[in-house]
Amino acid sequence: VTVPVVLFYVFAVFAVLSALGMVLNARNTVAAAMSLVVTMVALAVIYLLLEAYLVAAIQIMVYAGAIVVLFLFVVMLLNLRSDDFAPGRARLVRFAGALLGVFAVSEFVRRSGALPAAPPVPEGFGGYHAVGLALYTDYVLLVEMASLLLTAAIVGALILAKRKID
Amino acid sequence: VIVEVLIKSLFILLVVVAALAPVITWIERKQSAVMQDRIGANRADISGITVLGLLHPLADVIKLLSKEDVVPMGANRVMHLIAPLVAAAPAVIAYAVIPYGGVYTFGSHTISLVAANPDWGLLYIFAIGSIATYGTVMAGWSSNNNWSLLGGLRASAQMISYEVTMGLSVVGLFMVFQTLKLQDMCLAQDTTFRVFGFLQHLLGVSVPQWLDWVRLPAWGIFYQPLAFLMFLTTIMAENKRPPFDLPEGESELIAGYFIEYSGMRFGLFFMSEFIEVVVIAGLIATLFLGGWSIPYLSTQTIVGAIAPVFNEGFANGLAMILHFATFMLKVVVMIWVQMLLRWTLPRFRYDQVMDLCWKIILPLSIANIFVTGFVILLIRSTP
Repeated sequence: VTVPVVLFYVFAVFAVLSALGMVLNARNTVAAAMSLVVTMVALAVIYLLLEAYLVAAIQIMVYAGAIVVLFLFVVMLLNLRSDDFAPGRARLVRFAGALLGVFAVSEFVRRSGALPAAPPVPEGFGGYHAVGLALYTDYVLLVEMASLLLTAAIVGALILAKRKID
Repeated sequence: VIVEVLIKSLFILLVVVAALAPVITWIERKQSAVMQDRIGANRADISGITVLGLLHPLADVIKLLSKEDVVPMGANRVMHLIAPLVAAAPAVIAYAVIPYGGVYTFGSHTISLVAANPDWGLLYIFAIGSIATYGTVMAGWSSNNNWSLLGGLRASAQMISYEVTMGLSVVGLFMVFQTLKLQDMCLAQDTTFRVFGFLQHLLGVSVPQWLDWVRLPAWGIFYQPLAFLMFLTTIMAENKRPPFDLPEGESELIAGYFIEYSGMRFGLFFMSEFIEVVVIAGLIATLFLGGWSIPYLSTQTIVGAIAPVFNEGFANGLAMILHFATFMLKVVVMIWVQMLLRWTLPRFRYDQVMDLCWKIILPLSIANIFVTGFVILLIRSTP
């Protein structure tokens, strides 16, 4: 058992427990969001162990550092109480969760057993240089499409907000 | 290797966190006193000896530690207790990638004076900085107090906005130095460049030979002066100190997000701000002021001049000491600049803070990236 393997299990347990904490805390939205942050950070550590350094940094910067902060901002701004949530929704969520759980367990059983050793990664794998090169050569069309989509979303949000203010 | 990293980390913790951060509270008091024509802290004494008021940080800690730690009624107890730790931890661990000396060889052994030099060094700082928001937001929300909630809201909006512009403002610097490793950036700045070289590259004018002697240190501030100003502004806004202390805003929010904190937990919020002042000073010194490098005196020159007289190891050791002293000097200067700004400028209005971020710095930083790219392209295309 090597150090990365131990670290993987420690942070995998962290990720799963905090994800559970998020779902079970659904009535206390701020606590749920904080659990989500722990999940994001644990996932970032797992990316690090997979030598995906840029993805790990972006995971923390964008997901843990920006998106969940925005969630919290909205939650705090609305100041939701626990009885604001409709009970009917919870049943649907529980059903979907159970379905996902069954799927995950069956996948785990199906794939368990010795995994093949990971092939050695090329020099500079997962660094900003390699990722940037791939993004702006092979996948440049997809990057441009995504940026177009984001621009459209921003413009749409602006129009909707503007109408409400006026 | 692990022992080496441990020694370096311990060194950083002892020198920066344990020694420098408490002294800054004293500097803040004394400098504000000088600027406001007062005497400043001078009462704390041990049997009559005051040492210029330097005992005040000690008195502060004793007072804060002996105070009652109050958790307000109706607060979320767990979050209220851990919020100060969440605020202080990122400030401390951000030091890990800031180099405080260069690369030296002692016989067969090479020492790089930085605790960790990952490929994505600067992204690490940004990632840690983005996590720092949570301490403030948790404190604001968990205290069950409307003023602290408003403070937390202001903090989250302000910090998330300035994170974006902070990242964009230094992209030009990555383009110039072609790296994100902070130690490599310092090594790249340990030289000089021809001030009038651009005439030859951009305008095709032949430069007289003697003008080649007009040189500046190859520091980030000379390559990217606009980025320096923008980075200084945004990173000071990230630290939430005046003139960007809207989350605390005494005149309208009493004390903002930490209004319900007492004792050492309140002290931790304070300490994390001061530790961040040192991080900011170190980061700006590294990115824009050449880090540990001495202007006009590169490492090769020092080692080349000393090594023949004494020996290689002595020359490297001397360079190491000189570089560390230079780095600390730059850090102290940048701390002084931050204090100067903090006691000079009045607090912004909230809409001014947001306008500055989104309407001024964001377009300027994007323009800076384009201009930098254009110039680099031109320089590369001319022989």
